Amino acid sequence: MNSNVQLTESGSLKHFLTLDGLNKTLLTDILDTADSFIEVGERNIRKVPLLRGKTVVNLFFEPSTRTRSTFELAAKRLSADVLNLDISTSATSKGETLSDMLQNLEAMASDMFVVRHSMSGAAHFIAESVTPNVAIINAGDGWHAHPTQAMLDMLTIRQRKTSFEGLKVAIIGDILHSRVARSQIRALNTLGSEEVRVIAPNTLLPKNIDALGAHVFNDMKAGLKDCDVVIMLRLQKERMQGALLPSEQEYFQQYGLNLEKLSYAKPDAIVMHPGPINRGVEIASDVADGPQSVILNQVTNGIAVRMAVMSMAMGGQNEQRTQQGEGAK
Amino acid sequence: MTIEITNGVYLSSNGTWQTFESIRIENGVIVGIDSDGEMLNAPSQRIDAQGNKVIPGLIDLNVNIQEPGNSQNGSISSELAAAAAGGVTTLCYRPETSPVNDTKAVTKLILKSAESSNRCTVLPLGAMTKNLEGQNLASYAGLKDAGCIGISNGFNALSNLLVMQRCFEYAKTFDLPILLNPIEPALHQGCMHEGEVSTTIGLQGVPESAELIAVSQAIMLAKSTGVRLHLTQLSCGNSVALIAQAKEEGLPITADVSLANLLFTDHNVAPFNSLFHCMPPLRSEYDRKALIEGLRTGAIDAITSGHQPLEAAEKQKPFAESARGMSCIELLIPVAKMLEEQDGLPLETFIACMTARAASVLGLTQPEVRVGADADLAIFADQIDYPLDKDQCLTMGENIPMLGERFSARVELCVHRGSVSFDRSASI
Repeated sequence: MNSNVQLTESGSLKHFLTLDGLNKTLLTDILDTADSFIEVGERNIRKVPLLRGKTVVNLFFEPSTRTRSTFELAAKRLSADVLNLDISTSATSKGETLSDMLQNLEAMASDMFVVRHSMSGAAHFIAESVTPNVAIINAGDGWHAHPTQAMLDMLTIRQRKTSFEGLKVAIIGDILHSRVARSQIRALNTLGSEEVRVIAPNTLLPKNIDALGAHVFNDMKAGLKDCDVVIMLRLQKERMQGALLPSEQEYFQQYGLNLEKLSYAKPDAIVMHPGPINRGVEIASDVADGPQSVILNQVTNGIAVRMAVMSMAMGGQNEQRTQQGEGAK
Repeated sequence: MTIEITNGVYLSSNGTWQTFESIRIENGVIVGIDSDGEMLNAPSQRIDAQGNKVIPGLIDLNVNIQEPGNSQNGSISSELAAAAAGGVTTLCYRPETSPVNDTKAVTKLILKSAESSNRCTVLPLGAMTKNLEGQNLASYAGLKDAGCIGISNGFNALSNLLVMQRCFEYAKTFDLPILLNPIEPALHQGCMHEGEVSTTIGLQGVPESAELIAVSQAIMLAKSTGVRLHLTQLSCGNSVALIAQAKEEGLPITADVSLANLLFTDHNVAPFNSLFHCMPPLRSEYDRKALIEGLRTGAIDAITSGHQPLEAAEKQKPFAESARGMSCIELLIPVAKMLEEQDGLPLETFIACMTARAASVLGLTQPEVRVGADADLAIFADQIDYPLDKDQCLTMGENIPMLGERFSARVELCVHRGSVSFDRSASI
């Protein structure tokens, strides 16, 4: 699949739309860069000047608390000016088309758009629609991709397990509607995990998920056996409609992570969740708050990973501009 | 008006290519070929075919021009000109106009505009239900009286099988064929083929069952009502066997496939190319091959363009929000040659699927190049090399696939009812 739209000619990031088409070296670069930013968060003055003078616009077409605030913090720690646009109460609700709105924002000399949208492919569409000098960071598009979430998960795994070699990772829950799961599967396979498993009832599994490189399990006991990492996904309440699931109770009984089910995994397995968690629906409180849980570390890592991706994409844009400048001469 | 076409080869009624020195046309009829038939004293127009191929004008069973209502996407005048440039001399006009073609008045309006453009014979399809809402019968008798030659649901699936049965019964009453897009609405929720690609890029998929169930249901209702059923725009390879079986039973059922489904697959969609957002969805390579095989065996009768011109803004949206369809009526002959070279579908079979076999679907006179036949003809070159250029296309639609790609065949001239409806050298 052609994802070159997000890379410069020399192979650096200029947008960050999907993990599809990004190689192990580049993903490792992102993790290493993020590692170096973790230290920034521990300083008294939590700022570096990498994006000084740049304008970052947070374009959130879907509500989000955690992702938006970590993107905002990341941009501010990089010294950028940040504009937050809550689109659900803004332009497109007045009938303005997405294309028209983007042109207006471009006219305000923005350097980077952080985009969340309910439509798969929205970030690609925006990257192709706006001038080439605006970097687009995908903060989640439909069911397609949530690449910064997947990368902060990878950072969290690497901190605990040091390497991806030999790791067995299970992702549990609503895979069908999950952009997080799609990006995680991609990242884990690229970084060299031994096995990626998805565990869900068939109503929550997309067709041909094996094509992405995931083994399908319907049963928690078999699926969690020997796993090093257990990733729970959030279950949306609306999945009870449309005959996808009968009830939260039955879902929790079959697929909710409690201490008993966690015991099927390796004793040192870590438990992850992209948040916000539904206690008693997909995860029991004693697991979410227990010693194997790394859920809050994920949030902390989110800022560092977003700083890494934003600074790298801006670097790619600068590289492209320099080349264009030289080309013009 | 008299025309003499000289120096070419024509596709004869027995399916072989014959060289000719002179084909003569008078009053909309072929009056002479070489030594057969009449001579013309001084034809008012002479056309040198330059060794190119002369075939009967193409019959396109599925064209979606949205005038009245949405002519910003393509007007009757622009799209009939495009049809002529594609070698089409007769086309079925889908009912998805605004207002919907569910009354005599709309049918007459369409026919009047078509007549004034005088490039193509337009056969309107009346709406199956009022406003295509799937609730109440449209006035089939009135629609037929105004000139509709068949009844269509368009892309509006009927969710109520009792209503569908009554539509079939009522159409049978007036001897109107049903041209049905087989869509099971509850299963047809997505925007592309359900499979590996939809899973990878996170777009909601349409399972093949959304078509197979609709095909099966329609065949059963056709059997019980006796209506002539034409299933249009099949997309699934597994539909072919269902049609073949119905034909074996002797049911009056026919089918077609549109150009996009013969040429493209779901892999063209990735990543998020809205040009390939089509209805029905582009499916897998297995489906594409099986549809081509269905044309070869005759299980599928006809090929249509499925032409759907759209203005640029309709495609400049995130994939699922973009409008469905391709402007491709001008690509029929170029693609026919491409399918022969790439997939071994003989050019003559493609042409038969848009002439004799399409005519049989509607019970029209067999289009032929012979003395006494209607002078609906297309002349095409098939030994050339050119890139597809937007500026050379007559459609108003901005959604033309394969721009910039090289082709080896194209229509050079088209004759409709004895007068030239398109001439590339004059680029009318």
